[in-house]
Amino acid sequence: MQKITREQLIEKASALLSNSTVSCVLGWGMGEFDYDVTPTTFNSVEELEKGFVFSDFCGANFSKYLVKKAAACEGKILVFLKPCDTYSFNQLLTEHRFDREKVYVVGIPCEGMADINKVKAICGEGILSIGSKGDKMTVTTLYDDEPVSIDAKEVLAERCLNCKSKKHVAFDELLGDEGDVIESNRFDEVARLEAMTPDERFAFWQNELSRCIRCNACRDACPACTCEKCVFDNPNSGVENKSPANSFEEKLFHIIRAYHVAGRCTDCGECSRVCPQNIPLHLLNRKFIKDINEFYGEYQAGAEEGQRAPLVDYTTEDLEPGEVFDRRDSDA
Amino acid sequence: MRKCSLDKLNLIFAEIAKDAALYLPADQTDGSAAYKKWEEGTALSDALNTVRSPKDFFFPQTEDLMKFKTQGKNIDIIDIRTALEDFVIFGVRACDVKSFDILDRVFLTEPVDSFYASRRSHGIIVSMACTRPSETCFCKTFSIDPANPAGDVSAWKSETEIFFEANTQKGEDFLNKISSLTEECDDTLVATQKEAINKIMDKLPLKNLDTSAFGGGKTNELFDSPAWAELSQSCLGCGTCTFVCPTCQCYDIKDFNTGNEVIRFRCWDSCMYSDFTKMAHGNNRLTQKERFRQRFMHKLVYYPENNDGLFSCVGCGRCLAKCPISMNIVKVMKKIGGNKSE
Repeated sequence: MQKITREQLIEKASALLSNSTVSCVLGWGMGEFDYDVTPTTFNSVEELEKGFVFSDFCGANFSKYLVKKAAACEGKILVFLKPCDTYSFNQLLTEHRFDREKVYVVGIPCEGMADINKVKAICGEGILSIGSKGDKMTVTTLYDDEPVSIDAKEVLAERCLNCKSKKHVAFDELLGDEGDVIESNRFDEVARLEAMTPDERFAFWQNELSRCIRCNACRDACPACTCEKCVFDNPNSGVENKSPANSFEEKLFHIIRAYHVAGRCTDCGECSRVCPQNIPLHLLNRKFIKDINEFYGEYQAGAEEGQRAPLVDYTTEDLEPGEVFDRRDSDA
Repeated sequence: MRKCSLDKLNLIFAEIAKDAALYLPADQTDGSAAYKKWEEGTALSDALNTVRSPKDFFFPQTEDLMKFKTQGKNIDIIDIRTALEDFVIFGVRACDVKSFDILDRVFLTEPVDSFYASRRSHGIIVSMACTRPSETCFCKTFSIDPANPAGDVSAWKSETEIFFEANTQKGEDFLNKISSLTEECDDTLVATQKEAINKIMDKLPLKNLDTSAFGGGKTNELFDSPAWAELSQSCLGCGTCTFVCPTCQCYDIKDFNTGNEVIRFRCWDSCMYSDFTKMAHGNNRLTQKERFRQRFMHKLVYYPENNDGLFSCVGCGRCLAKCPISMNIVKVMKKIGGNKSE
């Protein structure tokens, strides 16, 4: 499915390592299977050739890693960013979370990443290999004598089905086009939830959030969650909690997190990608984004470095709090 | 050995549920499976395994231990334990059954954990053979046989029938209760299924995972390996691996002050978390590398050292499937211990 190849990326990274533009490379490390890639720092051309991969399963957003890895790298760190990752990159820069001078960004085109759960839903367990050519994926399994051919579009991750932008909003150089912001239907599901009665909506979230195991993967993968000490991890905060004591706390955690990233969330979708229980957490954040768009005008976090989010800015045109209540009353 | 047709499985569930709470893997709305309490209409999932392991039944994620109430200078200690009733966990895979042995060695040795012991004595385990293991399965590494799952009763499911065999007195009693719905049979079909499972096991990509570098006594050799830094470099520090793991057994005990009483509870803890085993002097594992190392050293070195060489991993593959960065015990074992197959 991807138009850019592993070889092209290794060639680019090797050239930048060889001419000392960068001293290390943040890329995707080969796993046991064709889908379990691990974000990995490569320090030499040999390491790249041995372990670097690029495939339809390279969904991880590298921007947040820069908070730690840019400082740890001796010289500049090369990072490959997909268009959606660049929004997180800008947002983190706006929040002064890493040193821009330490990073060399190569923007790479993205055709959308695959969701292994969707592959397994079609092909079952026991996947031995996954190949990709054009619009097709070829999957061999323990249980099928012949490889199974599937349409790559069928296994696109939810966030990629609703891709908001193919535009690189931050880069030092590009492999491919700069790309454009595109039309998406990403708010359709939010609108569907808004149209529910409060009881239906409560039941929807009750069902989804009841699966939460409080592993914190959503928070720990989230590029907007870069507090050095999260209040929920701090025994001195008085609200530290390691597990949901009841269904109230289960929801509280996610709602507080959604509030905390409101106006800063770029809708990268990492929260839902990493959730071991497939909770559609991105819908909470998208609700905030949709509201901000409707209350304050279109706003995309991370579109530009240094922009002021409506929630931390003041204009005389800002709507009055009462108008929010009016809207709530008209919904009910 | 006894069997019944799958059409009658629901009747069996109804019969079991008359005297005991029955829990079984059921499909969830997101496509995964979870243990649910059976009620009329609940269907047994065909999923290979549940996202959460069945350790929850004996060692729940949160559990109230006692309450304190102060009045003037008096403190009342309130025992909140209640009598448990028998319950049945149906459809437990061989790896998860083995995880109970690993937990038993922690909770049932002196001082015995009475909360765990009570649940354990009330639980009846009906295991289920795995006919379609996943590429992430490596239970054979730990001498677990998915064709012969342990438990009070072992079960095998074909397209049309289900077969039961009791392994314990509890299991005999269980099969007696449902005897009117089952019939005696020989083990020809089950033997065929076992053979088919063994053939699949020989094709699994992780079948040759090597444990020889690990075990008791390896602390000094492995603790300072430079590989820990590399392996842990992208670890997010979330608790996914520990919370989906059937053998992770660490917990924290905390007091929750409601204003007029204090509830002392325990909850799962994770060695991946920054305040894990925090003591008065501060924290003894300051970086993610040390936290990460703790998890794998515990499973592969410390636990076997204290438990006759038994590793505290059962090869269920949950961490392989669920880690957000796809780092897991298999990658650790291959990197640090080498691999026969490579």
